Amino acid sequence: MSDVRTVTVERQLPFAPAKVWRALTQPHLMAEWLMQNDFVPAVGHRFQLRGEWGGVLDCEVLVLEPETVLSYTWNHAHADAAYNLQSVVTFTLTATDGGTLLKVEQAGFRPEQKQAFGGAKAGWAQMLGKLDALLARE
Amino acid sequence: MPQADDILFRTLADPTRRALFERLCREGEQTVGALTARAKVSQPAVSKHLGLLKEAGLVRDRQEGRQTHYSAQPGALAPLIDWTGRMTGFWQSRFDKLEDLLRRMDQ
Repeated sequence: MSDVRTVTVERQLPFAPAKVWRALTQPHLMAEWLMQNDFVPAVGHRFQLRGEWGGVLDCEVLVLEPETVLSYTWNHAHADAAYNLQSVVTFTLTATDGGTLLKVEQAGFRPEQKQAFGGAKAGWAQMLGKLDALLARE
Repeated sequence: MPQADDILFRTLADPTRRALFERLCREGEQTVGALTARAKVSQPAVSKHLGLLKEAGLVRDRQEGRQTHYSAQPGALAPLIDWTGRMTGFWQSRFDKLEDLLRRMDQ
C-alpha cells in the first residue's frame, strides 16, 4: 500500500530572484539554511544532503532553470523500511514587485504506516529520539 | 499545524516525559503514585511532566477519590506521524533560516 502526498510552502521574500537562486544552488549557502551537501548545479548530478542529526538524503538534480525552477529527488533510506521516503522537491521562483515569491513543493511517495499508532514497538519513538538533536539546535 | 507540531516536539523532546508517555502507551492507565514509583524523579516532578503532557493533549487525567489516573492519548501524535504536517513545519523553519541568510548575504 502506498500513496502520494504533496506539501507546499510559499514565502514572499524581499530579495531579487538572482540572490535567492544563489542561496538555493551554492553549496556553502545551502549548508547555512538547509543542510551540508555536495550539490553541483547540473542536471543528473547526484548529491547528498546530510542532516546534523545523522540523517542522509540521497538526491539527484532533475530540473535546473536558472532563477526559475530547481528540482531534485529527496530520498531517505531508513533502517525500518516503513520509514523509507522517496520524494521530489521543487523550488519555483517568481519575480514580484517587492522581490521573489518562493514556493517549495514536495511530493512524497512512501508506504503506509499502519504500525505507527500504538504498540510497544511504535516507530514514532525512534523518530522522536532523533528530534532531540534537531530541537537542540533550533 | 506547525505550531501544534512545535508543542508536540517540545513536549516529547524531554526524555523523562517521553518515558512517562511510553509507559502509559504500553501499560495503560496509571496513577501518579504508580508512575513515580518507577520514575527516576520525585512525585512533584512527575506531576509537572504529566501536566505538560496533558497540555499537549498527549494524556488525559481522571480523578477517582484522592487519586488521579492518567492515560495516553496516542491520537495526539497524528501531526507527527502525518508526513505532510511534518514536512510543512520543516520547510517553514528552513525558509525562516533562508530569509535570515538572504538578509546577511551581499548583493
